[in-house]
Amino acid sequence: MNVGLFIPCYVNQFYPQVGIASLELLEKLGCQVQFPLNQTCCGQPMANSGYEHLTQSCNELFVKNFAQYDYIVCPSGSCTLHIKDHLHDTNNELAAQGIRKKIYELTEFITDVLKVKDIPARFPHRVGMHQSCHGQRGLHISQMTELVAAPFSKPVSLLSKVDGLQLIQLDRPDECCGFGGTFCVAEEAVSAKMGKDRVADHIRQGVEYITGVDMSCLMHLEGILKRQKSPVKVVHIAEILNKNV
Amino acid sequence: MNESSATHAELSETFNRDEERVDWHDETLWWIRAKRDKAAWQLPEWETLRETASQIKDHVLGNLHDYLLQFEKNARLNGISVHWASNAEEHNKLVLDILQRNGAERMIKSKSMLTEECHLNEYLSQHSIEVIDTDLGERIVQLAEETPSHIVLPCIHKKKEEIGALFHTHLETPEGNADPQFLTHAARLHLREKFLTRKIAITGVNFAVAETGEFVVCTNEGNADMGAHLADVHIACMGIEKIIPQRRHLGVFLRLLARSATGQPITTYSSHFSKPRPGQQMHIILVDNGRTNQLGREDFRNSLKCIRCGACMNTCPVYRRSGGHSYHNAISGPIGAILAPNLDMKKFADLPFASTLCGSCSNVCPVKIDIHNQLYKWRQVLTKEGYSPASKTVAMKAMATTLSKPSLFKSAGKAGRWFMRTMPWLVSNKLNPWYKQRDMPDPPKQSFADWYRKNRK
Repeated sequence: MNVGLFIPCYVNQFYPQVGIASLELLEKLGCQVQFPLNQTCCGQPMANSGYEHLTQSCNELFVKNFAQYDYIVCPSGSCTLHIKDHLHDTNNELAAQGIRKKIYELTEFITDVLKVKDIPARFPHRVGMHQSCHGQRGLHISQMTELVAAPFSKPVSLLSKVDGLQLIQLDRPDECCGFGGTFCVAEEAVSAKMGKDRVADHIRQGVEYITGVDMSCLMHLEGILKRQKSPVKVVHIAEILNKNV
Repeated sequence: MNESSATHAELSETFNRDEERVDWHDETLWWIRAKRDKAAWQLPEWETLRETASQIKDHVLGNLHDYLLQFEKNARLNGISVHWASNAEEHNKLVLDILQRNGAERMIKSKSMLTEECHLNEYLSQHSIEVIDTDLGERIVQLAEETPSHIVLPCIHKKKEEIGALFHTHLETPEGNADPQFLTHAARLHLREKFLTRKIAITGVNFAVAETGEFVVCTNEGNADMGAHLADVHIACMGIEKIIPQRRHLGVFLRLLARSATGQPITTYSSHFSKPRPGQQMHIILVDNGRTNQLGREDFRNSLKCIRCGACMNTCPVYRRSGGHSYHNAISGPIGAILAPNLDMKKFADLPFASTLCGSCSNVCPVKIDIHNQLYKWRQVLTKEGYSPASKTVAMKAMATTLSKPSLFKSAGKAGRWFMRTMPWLVSNKLNPWYKQRDMPDPPKQSFADWYRKNRK
């Protein structure tokens, strides 16, 4: 199957290893993957700031880059959700609608479309899973603690297949990290406090790594960990799933 | 009282200067969220109840006109005087008028967020009327000359030691005594005298039943009952959205309300008031104050389903770390942030941005208001209506241009990495709010696109 790889703008610029891991993992799992080189961004930074009306040309570019693929896969719940909820193109609405239906966050693509049974990866470490809100509450890739409903988690089901990985339980399994896009600078005090509290929960459980499906949350948590000179590291879930045995 | 023109970001920055207090506030409210979860999990039909409540409220909002008239007719048949107020000012005047007609200069009031919204206490005190709040939390903030910071737990921002000091000043309790049981007893003695001597009592309304013309008031302290039963005149103030069609619908709402609010199966007192006792006057004031305007905003109308349980505040990670006063509005937290701009877009333009859009609020809401989606939509409305700083508009336009042109984006990305690698102080300085408490990511040698061109093309 033909997969168009959508790499979030900041991942492309700051975390190339996450893009590489996503690409290699999908290839390993049998996909034909292409990275359209003219891609930029999903437009969420503008839209969440109240400027959705400025995202039209960004949307058109996205449609042009990705309309041709069977599936579009993205190693970010947040960017995927934005496309699903807000991608429109007045000149080519049919294509935009198609993209909204065939875009997947990486772990839900692996569990729901590829239906992978085994992940040939090894990561012998204590790992804490940060449930990024847009993937969880927006895309519903994991059950939410607010609801009276049976628990499940697509990313955790994949991590559980990784050899040697020890997943720890958090005191607050799905509290927001406080990144929130422009919120992280516009509401700096609350944002940083939320991040510090998330980091503290993971550290209390003695993790070596914090992982998740969204590098934006992890970038924020990493910023706090580094400031605290903590030995705990962040690692995107694609990097773990791509770690060779 | 202490409303200012400062924004949520500024007020919560101040709140965060005392990190220990932030931790305490966060943990206290998280404990209530956990109690709520436990109570919800005891009902296998919880999600069905939420859906049912949501549908009843949607139905009411779609037929509000008819239900209000039905309620008015039945309430009048019961002997209740029904008054209509189109805004806060009219509401306050109606209350003052009833007080003056009865020659009263003092009164007691149980919890009513509507009267907070209308700033009734301020208005009455300007007209030399003494108001004593009888809800313990509200009495505490009243003594402290503050406003409630939470709609269910008005003084949740205060530690017991602070309450002890406040009671020492106002109720002459011994200095340094912060024993909750002792302080509650002191408050009880203080309030009992007020209950026995005041002839006029105001209560809020949780539900007004159209079919019977009765209204229901829920409290844990019984203070609404004590006030209303002892007073010669009972005035109940309600927003027009509090209507439910039939008495049997209480079976849905009363089960949801206290579980969502505090994790209790039901409020200690859920009292039905249907007619005045012989010799008593019973008034009900139905208040619009922007509600019909909100009803006309399709994207925001279902915010009127709110039953004021406060669950969205308890679960909100931003609220827990900002404190209610940072929202500078009678109703704080996520629900306040979608209700307030309807009243005054300019004054409350900051509130829909005081959220990470994590969505936890919508999940706990017992009437399924899509709070986080409405926060997103308010951001768009406020920006289009011109309530966004000009500098932000300039930055956003530049960002939109860069992101819509791949060639520009590539050079912007390269420049960004170049700056970070060669001159990190240009980015990592005190002017950059990110850097205040967080380090920057290490700049990579190449972007993913660069790598891809070399390795896959």
